[in-house]
Amino acid sequence: MENRDFNCPIVLLISRMVSPFIMLFALYIIFHGHYSPGGGFQGGTMLAAAVLLTRITSGYSVSQFQFKTALTMPLGAAGVLIYWGTGFSSLLLGKSFLNYSALTVFGSVDNAHSMGILLVEVGVGLAVMALLISIYDDLFAGEPIMVKDNE
Amino acid sequence: MKIVNIVVLVLFGAVLLFASLTLPPRGDAKAPLNCPYSPANTPSASSYYAERAHEDAHTDNMVTVILADYRGFDTLGEETVILTAALVCLLLLRRGGSKNGE
Amino acid sequence: MSDLFTGYYAYVFVFVLMMIGVYGILVKRNLIKKMIGMTIFQLSIILFYVAAANKWGGTVPVLDARLGTPLASQYINPLPHCLMLTAIVVGVATSGVAFALIISTFRRFNTLDENELLEKMRKKDA
Repeated sequence: MENRDFNCPIVLLISRMVSPFIMLFALYIIFHGHYSPGGGFQGGTMLAAAVLLTRITSGYSVSQFQFKTALTMPLGAAGVLIYWGTGFSSLLLGKSFLNYSALTVFGSVDNAHSMGILLVEVGVGLAVMALLISIYDDLFAGEPIMVKDNE
Repeated sequence: MKIVNIVVLVLFGAVLLFASLTLPPRGDAKAPLNCPYSPANTPSASSYYAERAHEDAHTDNMVTVILADYRGFDTLGEETVILTAALVCLLLLRRGGSKNGE
Repeated sequence: MSDLFTGYYAYVFVFVLMMIGVYGILVKRNLIKKMIGMTIFQLSIILFYVAAANKWGGTVPVLDARLGTPLASQYINPLPHCLMLTAIVVGVATSGVAFALIISTFRRFNTLDENELLEKMRKKDA
């Protein structure tokens, strides 16, 4: 699996330099979803794009240093668990499911809504990033096996 | 076989172009999409969300408040859809395990 | 006449895109080209909803402090934007599963052409 499509040093250098900045900008998009266009899904997709850039240009085995393949499914499940966990914690604290005004540890009611939205968006961003990388790794792994016609 | 496909395509295009002229013009303030009050004199959903987003959630971006607070249950279901799709891809193209068909 | 143009040009553009997508699904024989047609079709639906949520004189649905207390007529309709975020993500998930199915089909039948696939599947059953 050592196929590297790009042996040109310009592409390799630029993609390795640019990928951390894409991740930083994607983190900004997730956390500033309150005040400018953005949010969980947009930031999660850009985080996945930063990792997929390294996977395409530098090859499969080198880019395991950036994000291991075995880590994708557990992180995806953890992101979905954060969302369900916020819903259930509202249920356990006395109000209905996904009612953010039950999270009174954050202060007043509209502050509780704001922090509840932030928690949920972080969970969504984490899940979207990990699951999109997982789908790409599944599509990439393995060579196509020719099946004979008289089977 | 191709003739049937092309005839279906042309008929579909004609129906769409005819239907697009009966829609209200885009951006009209009197269209039912943009009225702040429905015909039954109740406030419509989008104008309620646009006016109350800041005082309910202390947040400037209305789309994020709708996505995560007012309609948070839909976002929960959609995240489960992504998880299901990734699981289906894992099961169909078993990664690193046994080879297909042997 | 120019009122008719400004009111409807977006809809006609979106419907032309929709027809291009349906042409790709119906007429092309390769499975990957059918997938491209389906993706174009999904994107045209998303563009239709986002274009229809416009109000002349309204601004982006992020609260602008210079406009005072928010009135619904000052901001464009935010609800279709939210629904289309969901639709985009569902489209991505559907594309991922469809590509996995195409890879499995190629591994089994060694071809991606629609007519050859139907021949091989009929021969397998008969």
